[in-house]
Amino acid sequence: MQGFKRKDVLTIEDLTRDEIELILSTAESFKEVSEREIKKVPTLRGRTIINLFYEASTRTRTSFEIAAKRMSADAINISASSSSVVKGETLKDTAKNLEAMSPDCIVVRHPSSGTPQILSGFVKCSVINAGDGTHEHPSQALLDLLTIKERFGKIEGLKISIIGDIAHSRVARSNIHGFTKLGAEVNVCGSPTMMPCEIEKMGCKVFYKIEDAIKNVDVIMMLRIQLERQKVGLFPTVREYSRLFGLDSKKLENAKKDVVILHPGPINRGVEISSDVADGKHSFILEQVKNGVAVRMALFYLLLGGSRE
Amino acid sequence: MRKRDIMDAKGMERALIRIAHEIIEKNRGVENMIMLGIPTRGVYIARRLRDILKKIEDVNIPVGSIDATLYRDDIGLKQDQPRLKETDIPGSLDNKKVVIVDDVLFTGRTIRAVMNEIMDFGRPGSIQLAVLIDRGHRELPIRPDYVGKNVPTSMQEKVAVRLKEIDGTDEVIATD
Repeated sequence: MQGFKRKDVLTIEDLTRDEIELILSTAESFKEVSEREIKKVPTLRGRTIINLFYEASTRTRTSFEIAAKRMSADAINISASSSSVVKGETLKDTAKNLEAMSPDCIVVRHPSSGTPQILSGFVKCSVINAGDGTHEHPSQALLDLLTIKERFGKIEGLKISIIGDIAHSRVARSNIHGFTKLGAEVNVCGSPTMMPCEIEKMGCKVFYKIEDAIKNVDVIMMLRIQLERQKVGLFPTVREYSRLFGLDSKKLENAKKDVVILHPGPINRGVEISSDVADGKHSFILEQVKNGVAVRMALFYLLLGGSRE
Repeated sequence: MRKRDIMDAKGMERALIRIAHEIIEKNRGVENMIMLGIPTRGVYIARRLRDILKKIEDVNIPVGSIDATLYRDDIGLKQDQPRLKETDIPGSLDNKKVVIVDDVLFTGRTIRAVMNEIMDFGRPGSIQLAVLIDRGHRELPIRPDYVGKNVPTSMQEKVAVRLKEIDGTDEVIATD
C-alpha cells in the first residue's frame, strides 16, 4: 500500500482493507504525540479545518478539534443552531460560502443520511463524515477497530456482538463494514423492531436474545439507546428494554473472561449498560475516546499530508 | 546499474569504534548523555555505539529513537504522505548532551526537522550529530560532529547502509 489517495472519508463501506489498515497503523503512531509534554506537532501548520455540526456532539466534535490542534491546523467550529442555517440557508449555500474562505477540510455531521456525500460534490476541499443520519460514522468505527486491534493484536478471527437499535445506528453500520472487512465475525442483537430487514446480507448473524449474543464473543459493543426515539415505539418501556437488552454484571457472567466492552457514548447509565459494567475492568470506553483523537489525527494527516496533484 | 563498495563490515566496526572514542574525547566522558537514533538504521547504529561506549567507559547511555516525519518541510508537497516511524524518547532531555545518530547525512533537512522536534521535547544542554556516512550536497548550514566516512557522491547516486540487525549484512554501497 502506497499513500492514501482519497479526497474524502465518507464511509467505511468505500474503504478497502488496505486503506483501513493504513489508517490504523498511522493512528498508532499518532498516539505517542498525545503523551508528550508538548502535545503538538507542526505538521499541518497553516491548514484550516472546519467542523460543521448540524447535530449535538461533545465527544466527536471535541475530538476532531483536539486532533486538528495537535497537528497545528486551525480548527473552526460551526454548530447549525448558532449559524445562518437558522435563517434558512441551504446546505449548498453554506458549503459554497465556507469554500470561499478556502478551508482544507470540512468535517460534517448531519441528521440526514448522505449529506457528506452531497457536500463533497460542492467543495474542492476534503470532507470527513462525522456521522450522517442513520448511515455511517466512519471515524467511530476506525477508533473501535484501533481499540480492539491494540487489545488483541489483531482483528481477523475475532467475534464481535453489536447490541441495541441496529436499524437506527450509524455506528453499527460503519462497524459491521469495518469488522467484516478486516475478517472478524459480527453478530447483531436487538428486538425485532430494531433489526433492519435483510441485515444478514451485510455478513452478520442476527440474535434476539442478549444472553445468546454475548456468549463466546471477544467484544461486546453496546449501542446507546436513543431515548429521543423512544416515542416511536421501538420498545414498550425503557425499563423493559433495560431488562431484556441492557448489559449488567449478572448477564456478563456468561461472557468470556477477557471480553472487551465498547460503547460509542454518550452512555445512558442503567439503561443499555449498568454503571458497574461501564466502570468495570472489561470496559474500554475511555480507551475508545483516547484512540478517537489518534484516529482523527491520522485522517487529517492522510487527507492533507500528501499532494493531490 | 553500477555498484560501488564504500565500506565493509570491518571498516564499519573500525569507524564506529573511532566515533565512540571521539565522543568520549570531545565530551570528556559520557556523563549526562542521551543518544537518539533516526529510524530505521540510525537507531541500530546508536545501539552499537552505546555497546562500544559501555565497554570503554562502563556507562549505560540511554538510547531512544526520534522520527521527525511530522516536522518535515515537504508535508503536502509529495504525492504520498510519508510513513510515520517510532519516536521513543528515554526520559527528559533537559540539560542533556543529546547525540543524534543517523546512517547517511545528505541534504541536512532531516537533521533540521529532528532538532526542531528535540526542542519541543525539552531544552538539551547541547546537541551533537554522529553519522556513519557523510555524502555531501548539504542544503542547510548543518555539519556533523562525528563522521564514519566522507564519501563524495553525485546527486543521482543512492547510498545504502546495510546492517546485520535488519539486512543480514554489514556494508555500505553506492548505486546509480
